[in-house]
Amino acid sequence: MRRTRPLPDRCLISFALIGSLIVGLTVLALLNMTVRELADIPHVIRVATETRVIDSIVTTMGAGALAVVILIFIGTPLAYILARTNFAGKGVVESLVDLPVMLPHTVAGILVYILFMQRGLIGAPLDAVGFIFEDAFPGIVIAMLFVSSPYYINSVREGIEKVPIHLENVARTLGASRFHAVLRIVLPLSSRHIMNGSILAWGRAIGEFAAIIMIAYYPMVISTLIYYRFTTGGLKESSTVAFVMILACFVAFIMLRLISRALGRYDDRV
Amino acid sequence: MLRIENVSKDLGEFTLKNVSLDVKDGEYMVIIGPTGAGKTILLETVAGVYPPDSGKVLLLGNDITHKPPKDRNITMVYQDYMLFPHLTVGENIAFGLKNRKVPKDEKETKVHEVAELFGIDHLLHRYPDTLSGGEQQRAAISRAIILNPTVLLLDEPLSALDGQTREKLRKELKRLHTIFGTTIIHITHNFEEVFSLADRVAVMNKGEIVQIGEPDDIFRRPESEFIAQFVGVENLFRGACRKQGDGSYIDVKGLHIVSSTCVSGESVYASVRPEDILISREPLDASARNSFQGMIAEIVDNGMFVRLSVDAGIPFVVVLTRQGYEAMNLSEGDSVYLTFKACSVHVF
Repeated sequence: MRRTRPLPDRCLISFALIGSLIVGLTVLALLNMTVRELADIPHVIRVATETRVIDSIVTTMGAGALAVVILIFIGTPLAYILARTNFAGKGVVESLVDLPVMLPHTVAGILVYILFMQRGLIGAPLDAVGFIFEDAFPGIVIAMLFVSSPYYINSVREGIEKVPIHLENVARTLGASRFHAVLRIVLPLSSRHIMNGSILAWGRAIGEFAAIIMIAYYPMVISTLIYYRFTTGGLKESSTVAFVMILACFVAFIMLRLISRALGRYDDRV
Repeated sequence: MLRIENVSKDLGEFTLKNVSLDVKDGEYMVIIGPTGAGKTILLETVAGVYPPDSGKVLLLGNDITHKPPKDRNITMVYQDYMLFPHLTVGENIAFGLKNRKVPKDEKETKVHEVAELFGIDHLLHRYPDTLSGGEQQRAAISRAIILNPTVLLLDEPLSALDGQTREKLRKELKRLHTIFGTTIIHITHNFEEVFSLADRVAVMNKGEIVQIGEPDDIFRRPESEFIAQFVGVENLFRGACRKQGDGSYIDVKGLHIVSSTCVSGESVYASVRPEDILISREPLDASARNSFQGMIAEIVDNGMFVRLSVDAGIPFVVVLTRQGYEAMNLSEGDSVYLTFKACSVHVF
């Protein structure tokens, strides 16, 4: 007897084939680079252990993480306000929040630079007390913060909107202040959105180049270093640094996935 | 005890217009009204979730209009339970005690006490999404009652439940009110809840309270066309229910209406749907347990149907199809017999 198998859905198959183009492109690019790099493993190890490269990766990821931490503290309250209240001019605030997404990165960089440079509106008074942004770590953080904020704020806002307001009301009638209701009910139930927003913002932050070099060419973030090596040492030098960065990102990504999986179960209940 | 004075609130979609309401200590106040009448905002304003645009809320003589909800000792239960999904049932019930910084031992004892009262003691370690609707609402009510609230607000607490569970929980609410004597404001669409629970009823429409009174008043003497239409219950009787043999009857002004179910109490309500009553010129020799003689007081022709008001010592309304009515050739003043089954009598 012949076994009859159900005919696969043609639409799904064609979608899968079309979609695989984009995944294929990424895989091809990664494989292409990996094969080239692995041809000279000692070189990869030499570059990966180079102090400048390690410093640069740590600076980039560290500044990105710090930007995210700052965002959690100042972006979360804003996300709550946008999710829960209506006020005159809300549309304007929303557009301002989204603005960094639209702006070319060089434009964002100039905006940040003229505000935080040593003669800048904010930079000058802070410079007077010894806090410097120009060509310094804080400059990197502030540029990253500016470009990555919409990703965090919008994601967290969406998470808070998903939490029924009645849950918050109930908590408040049960003796919790609004602040405690937010802290103990709303934020735990938005934890996955907070996590996703943080990852998006962090990813956006460590990928930033143009906005950062305007205010802080030094200390070099990884993008600056790769560009510098590309213009001075050529393709081989720069692509190995890039390869090392890919490995670092890969490890960080897996760790974040593990953390967010634990959180995912937490707020799927809403 | 709770006094709402000329409260107005405009939330765009829903509004309250000049609402005044006095709730007495220990009273069970039920609010009815169509969807969008502003019932929920009224409760939320009492709870303090929104400050009113104008007017005052007084609790035990104190002006609490601008007091935050956490300092009012007024708790609230919503229709869709609103248990905190990331906390266990036990943690949910303990939430308010935790906010009041009640010591751990005392907290646990109290949680168990209340949970036992509602028969959910065995569910304390579970998460809300693993519970049935009835269990979730019991947990939500436990969470609200454990704080010994001055006023308990219930926003359609039984509407999301299936018929049987609803009836059970209704009885539990009644028991809870008897045990704790809590002042309760309860929103519902269900008239059975009105009759079995309410001391007084307030009817709301378009953001206003249009009538306040005892259930009887509202249903028998509606003050407006809207209320009459809205509460449209006919053949509603009030009396004492007595057991007799394997059945029971309700004594309505000396008239015994046999019913297959009974609710204990000196004052219960019974209703019979007009279309369940048979009308005849001679007594029917049927298995139906209720048969009364009466006189046709009024005939109203509605086109498709004809409504007869029959005075049988107490007033009955009977609905006939046009054909049935014409075949019987009835007129006002005629003597007729009314017959209906014991199981057509709805007691609550």
